[in-house]
Amino acid sequence: MRIIKLKKEHLRDFVGSLSAFGKLYAPQARGEKSFVLKELKDLSNLRLDYRRTILPPKKFFNRPDETILNFSSDNGYQAAADANGGRRVLFGLHACDIKGLEILDWVMRDGYRDEKYFQRRERTAVIGVSCEPDESCFCLAMQADNVETGYDLFLSDVNSCYLVTVRTSLGDDMVNANQELFQEVGKDTIEAFKKKTHAHARKLDDMCDLSVSQMPELIELEYMSDIWKDYAKRCLSCGSCTMVCPTCTCYDIRDEVELDQQRGTRKKRWDSCFFPDYAAVAGGENFRAEAYSRFRYRYLHKQDGFVAKYGRSSCVGCGRCIEICPAKIDLRDVIKSIEGVT
Amino acid sequence: MSVELLKPELARIVRIKPMVEDHHLFQVRFEDAETVESFRHRPGQFVEMSVIGSGEMPISISSSPTRRGILEFCVRRVGRVTNALYRLPQNSLLGLRGPYGNGFPIEEMKGNNLLIVAGGLGMVPLRSLLWYALDNRRDFKEITLMYGCRSPAEMLFRYELETLTVRDDMSCLLTVDDKAGQEWDGNVGVATDLFAGVEFDAANTYAAICGPPIFYKYVIQKLLERGFSKGRILMSLERKMKCGIGKCGHCGIGGAKKLVCIDGPIFTYWDVVDMREVI
Repeated sequence: MRIIKLKKEHLRDFVGSLSAFGKLYAPQARGEKSFVLKELKDLSNLRLDYRRTILPPKKFFNRPDETILNFSSDNGYQAAADANGGRRVLFGLHACDIKGLEILDWVMRDGYRDEKYFQRRERTAVIGVSCEPDESCFCLAMQADNVETGYDLFLSDVNSCYLVTVRTSLGDDMVNANQELFQEVGKDTIEAFKKKTHAHARKLDDMCDLSVSQMPELIELEYMSDIWKDYAKRCLSCGSCTMVCPTCTCYDIRDEVELDQQRGTRKKRWDSCFFPDYAAVAGGENFRAEAYSRFRYRYLHKQDGFVAKYGRSSCVGCGRCIEICPAKIDLRDVIKSIEGVT
Repeated sequence: MSVELLKPELARIVRIKPMVEDHHLFQVRFEDAETVESFRHRPGQFVEMSVIGSGEMPISISSSPTRRGILEFCVRRVGRVTNALYRLPQNSLLGLRGPYGNGFPIEEMKGNNLLIVAGGLGMVPLRSLLWYALDNRRDFKEITLMYGCRSPAEMLFRYELETLTVRDDMSCLLTVDDKAGQEWDGNVGVATDLFAGVEFDAANTYAAICGPPIFYKYVIQKLLERGFSKGRILMSLERKMKCGIGKCGHCGIGGAKKLVCIDGPIFTYWDVVDMREVI
């Protein structure tokens, strides 16, 4: 492992140089309090003090809405060209989001390997950056506060500089292309890094009193509990929490047809298990017709089914679902209610 | 080569056979001769069928893999896409991709007795298994079919199945809930009534069952009473299988511990006995 130092005054130069490795995306402000990951056209718009972006980086790989096929009545179905297959650099991802991408990889690899997804992943560099948690963060409970893989470079903020962990050969190329910007790590920086890491861990610990280790058993035991119904009374079934979730992957497939009825496009679009028709089949049967059964299903999947299949929850504790919920339902409260610790 | 997993191949409807009201049998052949040759399926698998300009839907393959070249799909007219399918004349093109799902564990079932219990539309995926077993008759010991419908007019594959009642190498038991004033000189009663008078060597029999939700409840109860082990009861589950490749999420059961499209649609009762929201 190679760890070097980048002084903060050199950050912009370094970020600017990354466009040589692909189209550059980075966190930027949108409105007063919101941030988005979008193409960085002006270096002065870079905001590394962001807490979370509205949408997680899954949007680059599993597109919210994309054309997958073109069809016509005489020619049948033809694969649409991938408009998202070019080289990209995602700069400034937090550990939880990097973990989220790793979880997406498991799902996309399992069974039928989604080659289009992996082509996009392989052509995209990931550069992580350390974060300052806020009141909606609970990554510690979801073991996503720290990542060892899933990035090319990771920048850890140490006061006046960043410690840069070089994880991949591509990351090494990025550093080597800008050698003059980097320095060896001195003793003072190491000490400062230790202090900072320790303080960060303590802050996360103080903020987060959540434990999910017994959730699969408790969800099973409390399957018929009124807790689900009580929360579901507030839930609007709007699906916002699933849209902003870094690891929700459900999609719908639908056709858009031209007026002549002879040609059109087939689209893949994010779907949500909260939507009433999500588990409905033709003929009227709906396996989760009740709002509470859909509300419960999200927890059943994230905290039980996923654990059974992959050995951990698919939640990374990013807090997006908490921030976005119009009914102010806090996932941590639901978990605590199930655990009986409220 | 395209990396798009969801791309259908063109296939032609070579014949449409109306069976009972709102249930047609569509005989379909891939346009590409190589695909006709290379397509292999197992009894119990399904395809994603596209009606060009209307959309896509999961449909069980009703024909046996032993009858190659033409694929048969018994489709009930019930939703938007099936209605569009019913508007297509013979010789129309449609899209197919698949086959998907696990299918019946036929290697494991060989050498055993086979009991097929179907209710209503449940005959559709089981017909593939029935003809597979009959075409490989020596691979199975006793073969029994029990099929129940609401009325004679709703019995799928009626004439085909009636020809089986005279075969002496299998037992074909048909019943209707109600004659409904129609011509019928067979059994009257629900599918589970057919168990009376039939002896089973449950330890050496696989039961393959498919039908509406209430059917599963009573048939499983009957099979357990007759000493069937849960692992020998094979059931075909229906879900909204949008993608067929285990990615879109819609067919998850038990908190997506299982996805019906890739882990199923055939499950043993043991596989799902502890799972919620299964039937």
